[in-house]
Amino acid sequence: MTEPILSVRDVHKAFGALKASDGISLDLMPGEIHALIGPNGAGKSTLIKQIAGGLTPDRGTVHFEGREISGDTVYERARLGLGRTFQISALAMQFTVLENVVLGLVGESGSVFRFFRPVMKDPAYLERAHHALKRVGLQDHAQTKTAELSHGQRRQLEVAVALTLEPKAFLMDEPMAGLGAEGSKALTGFLRELKAEAPILLVEHDMDAVFALADRISVLVYGKIIATGSVAEIRANPEVRAAYLGDEEVEA
Amino acid sequence: MLRETHLNGIILLALLIVPLVALALNEPFIITLATKVTILALAGVGLNLALGQGGLISFGHAIFFGLGGYSMGILASHAQSFTPLMEAPFLIEGTNLMPVIWIVAIVVSCLAALLVGLLSLRTSGVYFIMVTLAFGQMFYYFAISWPAYGGEDGLVIFVRNEFPGLNTLVPIQFFGLCFAVLCAVLFFVSKLNKSAFGLALSGAHFNPERAETVGIDITRVRLVAFVISAGITGLAGALFADLNRFVSPTMFSWHTSGQIMIFIILGGVARLYGPIAGAAVYIILEHYLGAFSEYWQIYLGLILLFVVLFAQGGLIGGLSKREAAHD
Ligand SMILES: Nc1ncnc2c1ncn2[C@@H]1O[C@H](COP(=O)(O)OP(=O)(O)OP(=O)(O)O)[C@@H](O)[C@H]1O
Ligand SMILES: [Mg+2]
Repeated sequence: MTEPILSVRDVHKAFGALKASDGISLDLMPGEIHALIGPNGAGKSTLIKQIAGGLTPDRGTVHFEGREISGDTVYERARLGLGRTFQISALAMQFTVLENVVLGLVGESGSVFRFFRPVMKDPAYLERAHHALKRVGLQDHAQTKTAELSHGQRRQLEVAVALTLEPKAFLMDEPMAGLGAEGSKALTGFLRELKAEAPILLVEHDMDAVFALADRISVLVYGKIIATGSVAEIRANPEVRAAYLGDEEVEA
Repeated sequence: MLRETHLNGIILLALLIVPLVALALNEPFIITLATKVTILALAGVGLNLALGQGGLISFGHAIFFGLGGYSMGILASHAQSFTPLMEAPFLIEGTNLMPVIWIVAIVVSCLAALLVGLLSLRTSGVYFIMVTLAFGQMFYYFAISWPAYGGEDGLVIFVRNEFPGLNTLVPIQFFGLCFAVLCAVLFFVSKLNKSAFGLALSGAHFNPERAETVGIDITRVRLVAFVISAGITGLAGALFADLNRFVSPTMFSWHTSGQIMIFIILGGVARLYGPIAGAAVYIILEHYLGAFSEYWQIYLGLILLFVVLFAQGGLIGGLSKREAAHD
């Protein structure tokens, strides 16, 4: 059997009395899109933060490519090849779009301590940056101030920056949120291509996108994974229908 | 409106022309004032790298200004009295050579910044301000209570230190030297701002989470920026001591930190040439308003209040079009 790229084992995290992660175990296999769904406040973003770093589990481990990363910092995990997009865009708003992407390249290439070469004139960086922008459809906005981007464009930029890291796995927290029907459809197509490059752990509320993309789905409710399976299995699972899909048009 | 680069050119040119005109008019005191502006601007350029570019509000940069000053004072006082600083385990003698003094000032300041930075950069926001302030006060009281080098009274150096090929006691020559140092540092910092390091430093300032997520160790980036920033301010301290031929614990006091910060706020936070404009305005106010009223700082306070409330780009921001930091 192939080894998982990312493996979460029995992760617990409590905020006071609230168990945001209540013994979560989950794998991300090579080549797959593993969707993580669940109602608001289920603990999806909390889990992503514990995988990406920045939030330490009370208990449990995270392994990446067979190596325990539970004690590593955010930047160490990024350098190992974990690419992340945020539910609420985390970009340097004062930067241009291009600068945000080049910042990603600087981090990826580990060339932070270069003091003299003008980074925004480096042809190697610019070429890669423009390529990443083109892939997400932001090629015409390279010189736009990030603060002036629409909500949807910021989501695209988040993905472009994650691409620059050439990660071995993507963690995407609701990349479709606020994109609109058109945007979601475009991004769905893009993610389907992207999974050939690296597997994606995809947190998403957009069920059309999830059902169209996911190889496997895990359902998180109150900090617990109540089911994991293929799209068909999850759609048919009575427990899931009751807890989460209950009111939705499951036959969509 | 002017482009920022043009305004910068005008500011630098004005700083060069004023003392030249003063020389022609035989007004040596004006040359000394311009030298003071140049040196204080240099201290501000140093702090601005940490504060403006890096968002590290250090209230402890007087430490480095003071260490630069005392590097000069201690080395020159030993040269003056022909007594070595130390004989065992190896001989260290004083010197009155500026290049040597500058190197010592920079190295000492950088080492102190490494220590202060390692301890203070764990904190952020108000805590960072308080920790750097506390370190500053420690150095201040240490300088006061250390009798070997003048204690509270400070140290007087009778003859200005030497620079090969120049007569540093001639005001215009000393000005020229300081101006050249300032230009060299401006060139260095402008390169730095546009480099990968500069991008990472502002990235860590604008959105630390983003910078970490792309694999940047933001604490290390900040530490390096803090150290470089301290080295520049330390160099300014050595020059300032040479300008006055005097060092005292005041150089370490939090007033000094505040003053350097005021140059930056007046001129424009994160604007490379901001501290020059800020220091010039400050010295002009101090000199001309100060002659007219003892309470000139009230006017300074009002101006600062105006800048903070209505013109956050400071003088440079008010007089020029905003340009992207990394174009
Ligand atoms: N730092 C924190 N301190 C206290 N409580 C927190 C913290 N972070 C999250 N929570 C709580 O933990 C629970 C899970 O939050 P989380 O953001 O992980 O949910 P989510 O599944 O991502 O929801 P959504 O779909 O709305 O994004 C929520 O009840 C939230 O209020
Ligand atoms: Mg969430």
